[in-house]
Amino acid sequence: MAVNELQSTRKPPISQIGAIVWLRTNLFSSWINGLLTVASLYLLYISIPPLLDWMFLSANFNFGTVNILGFDIKFSEVMADNDSCGKEAACWPFIYEKIYMFIYGFYPREEVWRPDVFYGLTALFILIVRLVRNYKYKNRIILSMVITYPIVSYILIAGGFGLLPVVETHQWGGLLLTLIIASVGILISFPIGVVLALGRQSDLRVIKLFSTLFIEFIRAVPLITILFMASFVLPLFLESGTNFDKLLRALIGIALFQAAYFAEVVRGGLQAIPKGQYEAADAVGLSYFQKNALIILPQALKISIPNIVGSSISLFKDTTLVLIIGLMDMLAMVNMTSQDIYWLGRETEGYVFVTIVFWVILYSMSRYSRKLEIRFNTENKD
Amino acid sequence: MKQQNILSQVKNLTFSELLYNNEVRAFFFQVATFLLIAGLFYTIIGNLFDNIEARGIHTGFSFLKNRAGFDILPFLGNYLQDYTPESSNLTVFYVGLINTLVVAFVGIILATVLGLFIGIARLSNNYLVAKLAGGYIELFRNIPVLLQIFFWYNIFINIFPHPKKSFSFFEMAFLNQRGLYLPKPVLESGFTLVIIAFLVGIILTVVMKRYFKKKHDETGVYTRTLGYSTLLIFGLPAIFFLLLGSPLHFDFAVLGKFNLKGGMQIVPEFIALTFALSVYTATYIAEAIRSGIEAVDKGQKEAAAAIGLTQTQSLKLIILPQALRVAIPPTINQYLNLTKNSSLATAIGYPELMGAFGGTVLNQVGQAVEILGMAMLVYLFISLCISLLLNIVNKRMAIPER
Repeated sequence: MAVNELQSTRKPPISQIGAIVWLRTNLFSSWINGLLTVASLYLLYISIPPLLDWMFLSANFNFGTVNILGFDIKFSEVMADNDSCGKEAACWPFIYEKIYMFIYGFYPREEVWRPDVFYGLTALFILIVRLVRNYKYKNRIILSMVITYPIVSYILIAGGFGLLPVVETHQWGGLLLTLIIASVGILISFPIGVVLALGRQSDLRVIKLFSTLFIEFIRAVPLITILFMASFVLPLFLESGTNFDKLLRALIGIALFQAAYFAEVVRGGLQAIPKGQYEAADAVGLSYFQKNALIILPQALKISIPNIVGSSISLFKDTTLVLIIGLMDMLAMVNMTSQDIYWLGRETEGYVFVTIVFWVILYSMSRYSRKLEIRFNTENKD
Repeated sequence: MKQQNILSQVKNLTFSELLYNNEVRAFFFQVATFLLIAGLFYTIIGNLFDNIEARGIHTGFSFLKNRAGFDILPFLGNYLQDYTPESSNLTVFYVGLINTLVVAFVGIILATVLGLFIGIARLSNNYLVAKLAGGYIELFRNIPVLLQIFFWYNIFINIFPHPKKSFSFFEMAFLNQRGLYLPKPVLESGFTLVIIAFLVGIILTVVMKRYFKKKHDETGVYTRTLGYSTLLIFGLPAIFFLLLGSPLHFDFAVLGKFNLKGGMQIVPEFIALTFALSVYTATYIAEAIRSGIEAVDKGQKEAAAAIGLTQTQSLKLIILPQALRVAIPPTINQYLNLTKNSSLATAIGYPELMGAFGGTVLNQVGQAVEILGMAMLVYLFISLCISLLLNIVNKRMAIPER
């Protein structure tokens, strides 16, 4: 007898699907794997619960009454102090009390709207860069922002020019300073890096020699030695009497340091450009500058973008080193606030807080860089 | 020859042709760059001497002979150089150098072991192990290493007990907030012979391996040499050691009234620094190992499985030898990074090169140019050595072309 109806598919046997099978294939495929699973579970058991307990379950959240967006939220009758917190778990009221220091440093409280606008601008900047990916005038928009953003930010934060009251650089601190050093470092060092990369690839022997020497020397020594040089020796290089801002000195050191690393990244991109592109540019009679600005660099920079982001991540991590020459970045704030006699011995909370802030920023940057890498990889394939 | 060529070419050109001649331009640009840089240096150096004179800073290297006059955290550099505050600044330089090298050496070993382990775990077919390794990498590579150093240092001095309540391991080793106290090996006369025997053992092993390799190449007979090598490298010194009547004893730490006395103190600064640097660098090494293993063609693994190798055999004989070719160059670069990052010890007061010499001596003497110059030269030298190592490894690892 012929059957014309469609038979419903049978379910796979229970021994092929379900949680138990997943467990067996992924965790207990052999006795050694089983052992590893148990060992991993034990590792999680001894690390995660105590951490959660310290950070949340036994931690002190007695902030008193907090005003969030106009609503008074009552955490407790009074804010906890160092003694009522105890030593066994985290004392978050310490962070709450010092949050201004962590985020703005010694910036005058009545001028706090200025860093706030700066943070807002930075967020907007990132948002626009991510949103205009396929827009026609993308390059022009980004380029104009790259030029205006530092100028606006500088006027905003430093003041002067008869517009805003001046805030001296020694009052800048915390996350504000970290962001300033990182963004200024990247923006200044990038063009220098490109020039150095072109110099190292150049046919002109003298230029090639100087570029190579500079890049290799900087890359061989630790950033601290450069920062010490910038802070102790650089003032001696200038005419006596020139007064020189401490932050500016650190920025010069960081920019020179980072330029050498960017140069190597860009050089990688330059080397990946097929020789035919150079020859074609020469054949149509472009000058050296036209050739690089119109043909070579746009392609080379595009393939090096993931590595440029990667190198910027390293720079962001390296900004913490400025505390060694006495600038008060976010990490330095932990060491300072925990010296407060009312909050002695709360370094751990400070470090954990700063770790979380850094980690969130750096992790998103590294995710972004990986995303770019995947995007450019597929583009190159076809 | 070429010079003359250009000159003869140039002679016959008009001015506008000269302006657009490539060789003339190239020459002009190079001269201009050279003059610019020379001029910059001339001004800088001139200003430097003016400023140094105006501020009354000494010049030259005579400060190296002066008395240092400060205490240095007792660690290996101190012991090896017999450092006291009466020692010279040059001794401080050596102390710092030794301490830098110790951190680099121990850190590199720990980071390699940890990185290899995590990198392989990252690709494990065990879901939990792979995720844990991935989490480790994402967590620790995205935290600035200086922050990690501070964090572990702070943890160390906060969770370990006061010296009076030290954790004791069979009264031989002690752990408290002042560090780890291990038995201190004291060498007696005759121990040098044991060391010589050890070196001779190594040389003999190399000679033996060469011999058996030659035999293998010629006759195809393979001889297992592991047993002989162990015997030569460890047995030979052991025989000398026993013959000479054990010329080595250990000085154990003893709990005094307030503190531990004797023994070999490993200061918390060192432990925190080495730990943080290894944990941080291991994430990069793990990624290098992972990308190395992933670079091995899938067919290689399948072929290994097809001829019946177990998973361990396939990893050891097929995958790793090929993966290491890709993984070793970035790993060596990480060794250089670790060595450079060891200079962050300044921040927690571990007396390495930049802390003791570039920091304390600089503050006392004020001769920044000389002191920082010396420190930079040391790092330059270390990084040249590592580059050299990298080149040798690359050459040996390169697939021989037929």
